[in-house]
Amino acid sequence: MKRAGFTTRWLPILLLLPQLSIIAIFFYWPAAHAVHSSFYLADPFGFGATYVGVDNYADLAGSSEYLKVARFTLIFTLLVTFFSLALALLLAVKADNIIRGAKSYRTLLMWVYAVAPPVAGFIGLIMFNQSWGPLTEAARAIGWDFKLGVNFNDTATAMVLVAVWKQVPVNFIFFLSGLQSIPKPVREAALIDNRSARGRFWDVTFPLLAPTGFFLLIINITYALFDTFGVIDTMVKGEPGNNPMTLVYKVYVDGFRGNDMGGSSAQSVILMLLVLALTIFQFRLIERRIHYT
Amino acid sequence: MTDIPYTPAARRIRWSVLADHAVLIAGSLFLLIPLLVMLQTTTTTDLETIKYGPQLAIGDQLDDNFRAAMFKASGFSGQNTGLSMLINSTILGLGFALGKIVIGMMAAYALVYFRMRFATLAFWLIFTTLLLPLEVRILPSYEIAQKLNLLNSYTGLILPLIASATATFFFRQFFRAVPEELVEAARIDGAGPVRFFIDVLVPLSRTMIAAMFIIMFVFGWNQYLWPTMITTEEGMYTLVRGIKQLTQDLEGTNIPEYGRANMLALIAILPPVAVVIFFQSWFVKGLTESDK
Repeated sequence: MKRAGFTTRWLPILLLLPQLSIIAIFFYWPAAHAVHSSFYLADPFGFGATYVGVDNYADLAGSSEYLKVARFTLIFTLLVTFFSLALALLLAVKADNIIRGAKSYRTLLMWVYAVAPPVAGFIGLIMFNQSWGPLTEAARAIGWDFKLGVNFNDTATAMVLVAVWKQVPVNFIFFLSGLQSIPKPVREAALIDNRSARGRFWDVTFPLLAPTGFFLLIINITYALFDTFGVIDTMVKGEPGNNPMTLVYKVYVDGFRGNDMGGSSAQSVILMLLVLALTIFQFRLIERRIHYT
Repeated sequence: MTDIPYTPAARRIRWSVLADHAVLIAGSLFLLIPLLVMLQTTTTTDLETIKYGPQLAIGDQLDDNFRAAMFKASGFSGQNTGLSMLINSTILGLGFALGKIVIGMMAAYALVYFRMRFATLAFWLIFTTLLLPLEVRILPSYEIAQKLNLLNSYTGLILPLIASATATFFFRQFFRAVPEELVEAARIDGAGPVRFFIDVLVPLSRTMIAAMFIIMFVFGWNQYLWPTMITTEEGMYTLVRGIKQLTQDLEGTNIPEYGRANMLALIAILPPVAVVIFFQSWFVKGLTESDK
């Protein structure tokens, strides 16, 4: 609040009204609804629901399929986060080094940001086409009989690759802007102190980039958990079968296809708690970030 | 004697610059090659693609494939032509960006510039929405949209997506950084809150509005899960939502129409990519400053 704010009474209420009513209807109501129905067993034909306490949660904890999906989600998230961050950092450091053509490289490296995840998944399907996909042929050339949609590990590999392809540009943009905001005197001092480029990177640049890195870490985890839905849905062609899937995809499959409202809601609530934990973690990091800058 | 130690140093630097370029070119190719593969298949006939896969040569079918993509329908209803999906995507992208910015600016203005009783409560109610993405509350949201009779409507497509406070948060940060003397000056001049907003604050935020608009347009255009659930009538499909149908078409018994499908995917990619490239500096500014 500004000190010299206005004191009109009705205007702020009027201004806040659209925002508050939209989030009341499309945020708080559905969120409450999810928590509520996670304690009920809904009749698939819509004839009411029975209160079952924490049964839905207990079922999930005991379900080997759910645990398998959770494990895949964890591995998937780790791989996607690590590779998209590492690759983007490498490219950003190189792009920051060069003077000629920096702008062209920036354009070439960031346009994929605007590609929708399901379209990225579709491109993955083309690249890994069973009979003529360039990447299938490349794999075949090294003796790897790549079978997208049939072999679990092959499908998972393709999903990770597509998800990384889609995420590198965002990280690149943030890392580059982080690098460019390092003050010139600091760079020059580092240049005098440390002759090796590698030493300079690890001793000076990397610690200065840490705040950006922490921020991106959370962004990437959230991306791998939620935004990859489109990638997965197109790459399994809407037929989950025995294919790898993430926790968010399972919420959708169980609730929308399997009509298991209670179980799906319980899964939603678990994911909500997960995001909540991540956000609290992030806020703490941002608090700490003030000390860095 | 003096230039003997100098020469290897210069050569070393040049090598490292070359290495930098090599890494950047490799990275650019990694991102670009899939697009080129898609592009190539839109210039040849489907039979050629099926027989030989993507080639280096460019064919002459671009026009036919484009026409098929734009005017041929995918489903049974004959309503979801590329053109109709393009129109729906545009409505979603623009409507989402516009709604988000207008609502966000209004709320942020109220939060930053007014003294009121429930300001803290309003603040927390609004910013809690940043915590939970739509994906985790997707099914109850669908049920509510169904109850409100919003299925297969633009309102149902756009409004629930606006129910998060990213733009509000962004504008709040921006307004807080606006010098306080401006409000004082405006008040001394006798300007009321509405006047101050329209004549001072909005012109001042022009660049920010542009940056937000680009980010939000791309975000709205690229939505997938919510449009998939809320639109069941093919006339309401967006390009990104239509992608799933494309993948299923390619699995069908007929000759898969790679040319048409890839062309549609390219049409889905092109507008947001063009916007991002064209307004690059605003977009990067908006994106990297929104995290502060």
